[in-house]
Amino acid sequence: MSTIRYRFIAPAPMLAQRRPAAPPARGELVACHECDLLQRLQPFSGDSVQRCARCRALLLRYRVDGAQRSLAWALTGVMLFLITNAFPIVTLELQGIRNNSTLAGTVLSLWHEGLPIVAGVVAITTICVPGIMLAAMLYLLLPLNRGVLPAGSIGLLRALAAMRPWGMVEVFLLGVLVALVKLTHFASVIPGTALWSLGALVIALAAMSASFHADEVWRRIGIQPLKP
Amino acid sequence: MTAAHYRLANCHSCGLLSRLEGDGAHCPRCGAHLHLRKPASIARTWAYLIAAMILYIPANALPIMITGSILGEQRDTILSGVVFLWSSGSWPLALLVFFASIMVPMLKMIALTLLLISVQCRSRWQPLQRLKLYRLVEFVGRWSMLDIYVVAILAALVQIQSLATVTAGPGAVAFAAVVVLTMLSAMSFDPRLIWDPLNDATPEPATPEPATPEPREPRASPDALPR
Ligand SMILES: [Zn+2]
Ligand SMILES: [Zn+2]
Repeated sequence: MSTIRYRFIAPAPMLAQRRPAAPPARGELVACHECDLLQRLQPFSGDSVQRCARCRALLLRYRVDGAQRSLAWALTGVMLFLITNAFPIVTLELQGIRNNSTLAGTVLSLWHEGLPIVAGVVAITTICVPGIMLAAMLYLLLPLNRGVLPAGSIGLLRALAAMRPWGMVEVFLLGVLVALVKLTHFASVIPGTALWSLGALVIALAAMSASFHADEVWRRIGIQPLKP
Repeated sequence: MTAAHYRLANCHSCGLLSRLEGDGAHCPRCGAHLHLRKPASIARTWAYLIAAMILYIPANALPIMITGSILGEQRDTILSGVVFLWSSGSWPLALLVFFASIMVPMLKMIALTLLLISVQCRSRWQPLQRLKLYRLVEFVGRWSMLDIYVVAILAALVQIQSLATVTAGPGAVAFAAVVVLTMLSAMSFDPRLIWDPLNDATPEPATPEPATPEPREPRASPDALPR
């Protein structure tokens, strides 16, 4: 794995321009991504949350130990993800006949019923996106916590941002609970190991995303010189 | 003052503010295409929205779940599933499914239509409230996937040939498509368009000021804005 040492640019240059970098006197110029208001960030050294003056959209959230926290949650998340995928979510018992289903089993049964599109949507939102996001976060955060920026960070950060809305583990958890209540009317249902780990995974993924500040990694990347 | 006024573009991918020089400019930090607003935002949002509206009809008319038992075959649409839950006494669940599967997609499509029309009319009415509506649409959209997951789990679990089988129906395909399309529609909408008519209303300097990183006019200075 080839790595490049990151350059600290703190605070980041006011504008993306190739000119001698004079430290900005009154903080970095930013535009709100929801109302486009141009404003300056307050200079900060420690934890900071800054919002748009006009629409209160989040401009910046920074925690000094954000990278450590998100790494801890990502490691927890990976373990929970593996458990969730390895064990059955629910076992159904009806007149002595038992049937259980794993997460992958749910996708496969939809596939065999001739609904590949629905099977694909379920697989992407509950297995692929959370799994890839966790792997990408580990790849990014393990070197980052040692002060090294891994190769391919730019593409990875962009992919992470694009993937995030499509991970729907929390909706799936609610779906499992609704299905459980529906089934209790005519059969006995036994919650499986994966149901508990799924609940924990929802928390781990939410905490990982909340403590990860892509903005901070972008600052470390700095501005790559443009090719002429 | 908005960034667009100074032809400064916020990178949609990494958030870096940089000067837009000509068409086809790229972000100096991450290489993403730079533009002042999401390209063809209104047209794309309409396209996804209309596709979702069309598919909303089969999503509700076709059975989403087919239950086979000794008593025969029962075909449930989303609405009849809610009615069944209600009549079997689990009304909190009926409300939850009704809200997530029927109310949310419908309100989402109405909200996006209103946002699009108001933006196209260059309306200056309550921009903050409209922005909040947009944030709500973005936040709540994913929860409509609930019914798809419920059907998926039931179909995987209830496979006891002699007693009962559950299979997902064609309505599930249409409904999943509606959820994905409304999410894509909300993503392609650019909330900054809501504010643009207000920004244009403020008198502009007589000579278009070159985009300087340090605007010197006190009126135009971002520092004059409330923090
Ligand atoms: Zn704003
Ligand atoms: Zn960028």
